[in-house]
Amino acid sequence: MLDLLANAIVTGLLLGGFYAAVTIGLSIAFGFLDIVNIAHPGFVLLGAFAAWVLNATWGIDPILAGLMLTPLFFAGGAAIFRVYHVSFERRGAAGLRGLAFFFGVLFLTEVALILLFGADYRAVNLPYLETMIGLGPVAVPLRLLLPFAVSLVMFAALQLAFDRTFLGRAIKAVAQDPVALRLMAADPVRIKEIAFGIGIATASVAGALLVTIAPVDPSMGRDYIGRVFAIAVLGGLGSLTGTLLAAIALGVAESVTSTLYGPSWSPAVAFGALLIALVLRPSGLLGR
Amino acid sequence: MRGGGIFYAGAVAILIAGYAAAASGINDYYFYAAYIVLQYVVIATAWNILGGYAGYVNFGSAGFYAVGAYTAAILYQLVKPPLVVMILGGGIAAGVIGLAAGYLTLRVKGVYFAIATLALAVVLETIVANWDYVGGTRGTYVLRPHHAFGFVNYPRALFFAMLVLAIGSVVLARVIERSKLGRGLAAIRDDEQAAESSGVPTLRLKLFAATLSGALMGVAGAPFPYYVSHLEPGSAFSLAIAVNAIAMPMIGGATSWVGPVIGALLLGGAQQIATVTISSILNLLIVGLLLIGFVIFAPDGLVGLFRKLRR
Repeated sequence: MLDLLANAIVTGLLLGGFYAAVTIGLSIAFGFLDIVNIAHPGFVLLGAFAAWVLNATWGIDPILAGLMLTPLFFAGGAAIFRVYHVSFERRGAAGLRGLAFFFGVLFLTEVALILLFGADYRAVNLPYLETMIGLGPVAVPLRLLLPFAVSLVMFAALQLAFDRTFLGRAIKAVAQDPVALRLMAADPVRIKEIAFGIGIATASVAGALLVTIAPVDPSMGRDYIGRVFAIAVLGGLGSLTGTLLAAIALGVAESVTSTLYGPSWSPAVAFGALLIALVLRPSGLLGR
Repeated sequence: MRGGGIFYAGAVAILIAGYAAAASGINDYYFYAAYIVLQYVVIATAWNILGGYAGYVNFGSAGFYAVGAYTAAILYQLVKPPLVVMILGGGIAAGVIGLAAGYLTLRVKGVYFAIATLALAVVLETIVANWDYVGGTRGTYVLRPHHAFGFVNYPRALFFAMLVLAIGSVVLARVIERSKLGRGLAAIRDDEQAAESSGVPTLRLKLFAATLSGALMGVAGAPFPYYVSHLEPGSAFSLAIAVNAIAMPMIGGATSWVGPVIGALLLGGAQQIATVTISSILNLLIVGLLLIGFVIFAPDGLVGLFRKLRR
């Protein structure tokens, strides 16, 4: 029993690290830019299928494929931001219509994937992923360990970039004080465009990690919506470290629940966490 | 109230015409198709009471609809009550969920309500798929009653029932829109802080709208088990309902009761015609593209476009 629990906790830790990669793009859009990009899980799924195609056609390693595709995802994200900005943000209609827009985008990614690939599961077959690595009393497959490591590296790189570079600091400031940014000779719209692009680019990597961990099907994006928003809100909007910690906490909670009560209940954990996050959030408590 | 007489006379005329059609020899197929279109009138109108009037987006319409359908199926398994009781039960269950979701999230910013409803639909589907009493993922069978309220067969009776529900919900929406309540909701949509500080009880109004909107979606779903005979999670929590519930009011025009009706009739009718020629998934792709196109290029929907042309 103790072994089982230890196993569940370690698995949850690794899974949580991967959840952080899925969420970081949303944390950038929602936390820094105040853009409620509910379509983010859809982009992660697009990334997963793109990595699968590159792997199935040319035998490219899925994680390498995910990295190779980041410029393409960056450009796509920047383009979507342009549309969003011109159509909603500038008109002051970001609320209802902006949400409906991103809902439409989320919906389109799922329907497009079903049209292209059918509703079947797709998996990458790489023998090395099944290698077991011993970690104390438990053994974990490389299939989980590798995505965890890649996710942490991506996190550290982004954290460093946001803290140390002018662009990174500008991104963190853009939603709070666009006027001050303008005085520093930086164009807020351009900064937001780049930041949103970076957020979508992380979806390419996260998608590659997703297809590395488990087979994917087009409807999976919906399962991740509760999860990513629970993590982003629980972690505290605008804090990348918070996102990482919340992701790991949720991963462990899900993994332990699934060991104790069965895997079919793990979506309920994310929803419970989301409700707790929404009820306990400072603005929820103070702002009536 | 100007135009009120014409509106109610029209509603009664449509009801009589619908009854006459159901009693006539028209092919059964048309009633199956019309049922779906009318069901969308109810769903789109329900969505609009919260989404269009108050500006709070519900992405989980399919979840509320499925709660209505599954409540009806559970009542059927327990006591096989009359259809009216199933509809009421479905409405109450979905209304309670709307109230609970609203109570937990409507106090914070609007986006959180939207996010919660998205996740809510996923969780409800998880629960239903894991619940053996209602058949889990395999689904459950519901046999139609033999008596059909004097119609030739039960689908015609279901069509007429849905017509009554559709007219009822449109009348309700119109009454709300023109009442003090509707003006309060519109004030919330335009500027919630200003509404709050001028004495509009914003939280109470939002909760009322969330409850009523959820209840109407449940009402729309309650006759569905009889319509399909075999209820399973895939059809109750369908993607089509999730997207149509938003697309229809946004395309029709979300600020008045006319918009959702126009959107549901046009989009729902077009989908019923199109399913004959193109696949249902391609159908949904077109709905998604239309939704995005309208929110970008015609934010006030067809009603807004029409007003602009007349000016």
